[in-house]
Amino acid sequence: MTTGGKGNWAATLAVALLICLAGYAALFIAPEERTMRAIQRIFYFHVPSAWTAFLAFFIVFIANIGYLATRKPKWDWLGVSAAEVGLAFCTAVLVTGPIWAKPVWGIWWTWDARLTSTFVLWLMYVSYLLLRTLLADAERRARICAVFGIFCFLDVPLVYFSIRLWRTQHPQPVIAGGEGSGLDPTMRAVLFLCWAALLGVMVILLRQRYQLEQLRHDAEELALAVDTAAPELHSIQR
Amino acid sequence: MGLARAVAVILAKELRLEFRSRELLNTTVVFVLLIVVLFSFSFDPTVEESRRFGPGLLWMAFLFAGSLMLQPSFLREQANDTLHALRMAPVEPFAILLGKILANFLLMMLAEVLLLPVFAVLYNVQVLPVLAPLLLVFVLGTLGVAVAGTAFSAISAQARMREMLLPLLLLPILTPVLISSVECTAGLLADPAELKRDWLQYLIGFDVIFLAASYLLCDYLLEE
Repeated sequence: MTTGGKGNWAATLAVALLICLAGYAALFIAPEERTMRAIQRIFYFHVPSAWTAFLAFFIVFIANIGYLATRKPKWDWLGVSAAEVGLAFCTAVLVTGPIWAKPVWGIWWTWDARLTSTFVLWLMYVSYLLLRTLLADAERRARICAVFGIFCFLDVPLVYFSIRLWRTQHPQPVIAGGEGSGLDPTMRAVLFLCWAALLGVMVILLRQRYQLEQLRHDAEELALAVDTAAPELHSIQR
Repeated sequence: MGLARAVAVILAKELRLEFRSRELLNTTVVFVLLIVVLFSFSFDPTVEESRRFGPGLLWMAFLFAGSLMLQPSFLREQANDTLHALRMAPVEPFAILLGKILANFLLMMLAEVLLLPVFAVLYNVQVLPVLAPLLLVFVLGTLGVAVAGTAFSAISAQARMREMLLPLLLLPILTPVLISSVECTAGLLADPAELKRDWLQYLIGFDVIFLAASYLLCDYLLEE
């Protein structure tokens, strides 16, 4: 049930255009920030990447629960796809962060609450994907990873608040902050445009990865069917 | 069989098994001692520095020791497929997990209590005046390690590379336990000793959330 080539192409093209538009808006339309100047423009990809990563990890959590409740492999495929895509965006956050921090704070990295908790989050989902590669049987892999993924997601707020209580230096959220902490309206519009573009990228990647997982599953089933029907072909098969 | 009775039977079995050989206790105690000694070689701390870094070092050592010590919890059931037999017993799966959690908790506590005086001497800290609250912190922190570690030991026992996997799964998850246990311990060992209640509540919260999650997920975890 692979969804057709044409739809995929159209969607990919649309997202590519959206990304170009977002890049243009972030570089030329958004007003320059007073103290940080041009470097602040990385904000339009740093912050939306973080939001997108959190959304993807939330999808992992939903997929894990869905798998344990229904035992349908498609939930497992969604889980692994979202974990990989979320990890990609989380990596983008961890890379763009130091690039922004170096000229502004004078250092690449500081053990601040938000940086540290994002790093721990990244480590947790790396271990989630690592665990998947070490479980051979598909049913068991799906079940065990679903349990581990739920534990991870429950731990996310605990990690976040414990590290936040521990120390913080990162700017407080300016988007949903109190009076006087708001963003310039143009900046806000560009920010949300960039988020929309990155969400588009996430959806495209998620869909591709999901289809790949589905094809892998079909290939395994076919190989199994060939093995049972004609065991003498086994050596040719592999 | 009721839950409490089943848990007691599993707990007794685990403890009997351990005290026949005392393998886990011996290796854990030696391992923590090694970390404590190697730390002083690699950082050569002064008296003030060793007081300042002591609580963090102690909990790091406990966490690493825990991630090694909890490994066999489910792994040793595999040699003769005894987990299968346990599951066939007419008890809830949670009884198996809880029995193992309590056994691991007691063994880790025992190792920590044995190590505390050694640590106090080597790092020049006064533990006697704050012994009761310090033990409370140890109980809550160790419970968190034992709950998450035992559940993840059931996960890693089913995978390849089992011996290396548990620390990778466990240590990132235990970040909140590490931070809050270290903060509580450091508060108690500071000069005007102080019990940091918000961190203590935090530890209790972690323990409750992970116990509840283990209760809800253990059917899936122990299924074959």
